[in-house]
Amino acid sequence: MDKLLTQPLNDLEIHAYVDDQLAPAERAAVLERLSHDVHAQAAVWTWQQQKAALQALHQSVYDEPLPPSLRLAAQQTSARQQAANQWWRWGSLAASVFLAFGVGWMANSVWHGGFSAGASSPSLARAAAAQDFARQASTAHVVFSPEVRHPVEVAAAEQEHLVKWLSKRLGRSLKVPNLSPQGYELMGGRLLPGEAGARAQFMFQNTAGTRITLYLGAIDKAPAGLDKQETGFHFSADGPAPSFYWVDQGFGYALAGPIPRVELMRMAEVVYSQL
Amino acid sequence: MPAQPVVDHIPALRRYARSLTGDQWAADDLVQDTLERACSKWRLWTAGSDLRAWLFTVMHNIFLNQLRTAGRQAPGKVLDVDEAADELIASDADLGVAMDLQRCLLRLPLDQRAVLLLVSEEGMSYAEVAKITGVPQGTVMSRLSRARVRLQELLDAPARRSVVAPLRDGQSTTVTTLRRKT
Repeated sequence: MDKLLTQPLNDLEIHAYVDDQLAPAERAAVLERLSHDVHAQAAVWTWQQQKAALQALHQSVYDEPLPPSLRLAAQQTSARQQAANQWWRWGSLAASVFLAFGVGWMANSVWHGGFSAGASSPSLARAAAAQDFARQASTAHVVFSPEVRHPVEVAAAEQEHLVKWLSKRLGRSLKVPNLSPQGYELMGGRLLPGEAGARAQFMFQNTAGTRITLYLGAIDKAPAGLDKQETGFHFSADGPAPSFYWVDQGFGYALAGPIPRVELMRMAEVVYSQL
Repeated sequence: MPAQPVVDHIPALRRYARSLTGDQWAADDLVQDTLERACSKWRLWTAGSDLRAWLFTVMHNIFLNQLRTAGRQAPGKVLDVDEAADELIASDADLGVAMDLQRCLLRLPLDQRAVLLLVSEEGMSYAEVAKITGVPQGTVMSRLSRARVRLQELLDAPARRSVVAPLRDGQSTTVTTLRRKT
């Protein structure tokens, strides 16, 4: 028995001890042997130090604000899981089908801030989708433009990175319009979730501190049909901030901001001509 | 109903991704991909099971796939650790020490690095790590043991470190550059 208790620890036992992977009885025995094993004691100390260093390496992530794009993506996943769980809790097929539709529809309207009109014709459906898009743009504007500390995820100073990153996320090569002649400088941009994939928001500010945002992304998950999806300029006062929006080849654009309609229209034309 | 919503796992996912990639932007991109995949594949998650383990599994698989794709498409691409190190954020520790540690981490083969981080940084059990990485628990333990020894060697040999180029992730299974154990 004494011999067993003085037997040197092997590597795997040392690691298992450091990582607290031993059952209580095992752990007691290992601890006993450890007290006789100077070599193992040194190893335990080394691995404990290394482990602490690895834990500290990026611990600061926990103090960083969550990027909104990650938060939204996580919330969407949770919403789906909750819908799924409730689905399972109902035994009756009829009830579960009804509930799944209801929860899915509600989750959808919560996350996308609007109700899709149950349009009967494709063109009506497209118009509804574009209006939803404008409303989402408007909501995104009022959510992010008042932010003092984190109005944008990536600042304009890193414009090249910003454009590359958002282009990758949206699966299309993006361009940032230059609104300097109109007195608005780019502040930066952020990534937002949308119904048919990621969407991007670029924020601009003039010297008076007025902020306008350009929101863009795919409108529809379905591939553009025979007639490429396109619209003219539309004004929307539907959401919390007025916006001009248009659709070009299935891709939506909305310029939103608390400025007079005529001025917003003029800016939208400038953006359109540059993209 | 999940006991802990997905959003609560984001900091751990971000931290792990950052250590794994050594690059803040690539790490958050990886987390974004993970959450989007989780959202579309939520059916694969069994209600009531360990959500954290599932999310880390999703991330692990995406990362491996990305490396495989990157390895095929751009065989010459080498992760520039010195560049990545600029983006590292030191906690309270000395920035130089943190950069050093991250640099050495990136030179571990990916399978060892993943196991080492999941156990040491994220405090997971060997059984959980086996599930996430899809290998037997015995393999987890031997990888962990090798990773710790290797990392310590790299940390303790500063003179040599500057000479040896960082290991390219896509190559982590080709052993040639790694078996330079003294």
